[in-house]
Amino acid sequence: MSTISTTQVISDSALDKPRTGTWDGGNEPFNASYGKLMMWFFLLSDAFTFAAFLTTYGLIRHRYAAYDPAVNGAFHFSTKWWPIPDKVFNAFPGLHGSDVPLGFVALMTMILIFSSVTMVLAVEAGHRMDKKDVQKWLLWTILFGATFLSSQAWEWSHFIHGTEEGTVMNDGTVFHGANLAMNQYGPVLFADLFFFITGFHGTHVFSGVCLLVYCFIATTNGTFEKRGHYEMVEKIGLYWHFVDLVWVFVFTFFYLV
Amino acid sequence: MANHAPAQPTHAGEIPKPNVGWIWKTFFVLVGITALEFVFVFLMDAGTLRNSIFIILTIFKAFFIVAEFMHLKHETKGLIWSIMIPMALLIWLLVALVTEGNAIHNALY
Repeated sequence: MSTISTTQVISDSALDKPRTGTWDGGNEPFNASYGKLMMWFFLLSDAFTFAAFLTTYGLIRHRYAAYDPAVNGAFHFSTKWWPIPDKVFNAFPGLHGSDVPLGFVALMTMILIFSSVTMVLAVEAGHRMDKKDVQKWLLWTILFGATFLSSQAWEWSHFIHGTEEGTVMNDGTVFHGANLAMNQYGPVLFADLFFFITGFHGTHVFSGVCLLVYCFIATTNGTFEKRGHYEMVEKIGLYWHFVDLVWVFVFTFFYLV
Repeated sequence: MANHAPAQPTHAGEIPKPNVGWIWKTFFVLVGITALEFVFVFLMDAGTLRNSIFIILTIFKAFFIVAEFMHLKHETKGLIWSIMIPMALLIWLLVALVTEGNAIHNALY
């Protein structure tokens, strides 16, 4: 009686070779490498988190009354209505007391867009296996990322300490600045959402800067050159652009609208 | 797209010239749209129309960042759709919850 073997005999030498067949792991879904694909799906899930934040902002903002010049007179802060962003974010470092509506946010936006450009330049240099250019552009990106974080630290500090005038609260006392329970700008949730949304974005920028520092060290050590490709720079680049993308939305929904 | 093609194979040690025209073009588009947003902040009164303009301009900016900088435009169709369809559902979530917020507002005031 002869037996028919259904298991395929694989010789030892074949096991050493990379698998190339369609059904044994040789194919890359969507023609993207494992790492890049997973980065895309991670970013998709991260986009859900940020969308949850911004959607919450939308719901809560519409739940409160909007400031109406015809009824409420000249604009002033009050817990009765949602503040106008250009009246809250109008300070600029070194220009104490002057009204620069959204000026500092515009600068921060420019810094982040610029860092995105230097990041693509690093990725492009990686495609050409140009180690020196990768190092140069990664350093610029780290510099812009760190500048953005410092700007955000200044903005938070200003937001927390508030203006000299402050706002008269319901119990008749004057309150300056903001914390999670009280703020001079408007409803409690306005400051809470500011802290959570810009804070969560800032945390992402911080992680991005750490990853870029790792990338710079690995590039300098020649890790990627030995590996034969700079895909790590590309993957971290995807993350970095995503952080810039989130800022574009935060900028519109928190500062402009 | 030709300008996204990987570098041509060269002799060992030779580094091809950078191809960065498209990067700066995208950068100027992003800066231009941001500048335009500021023009609307200062020259137009707040309202639904202005907010709609902001949202449309934001989507334009998002398109340029995702398509060019993140290279999604040059990926396979399957990857593009698997990212875009879940994102499109979020627009539904946003519209639903803003409507909910308006309903709470009307119930309170």
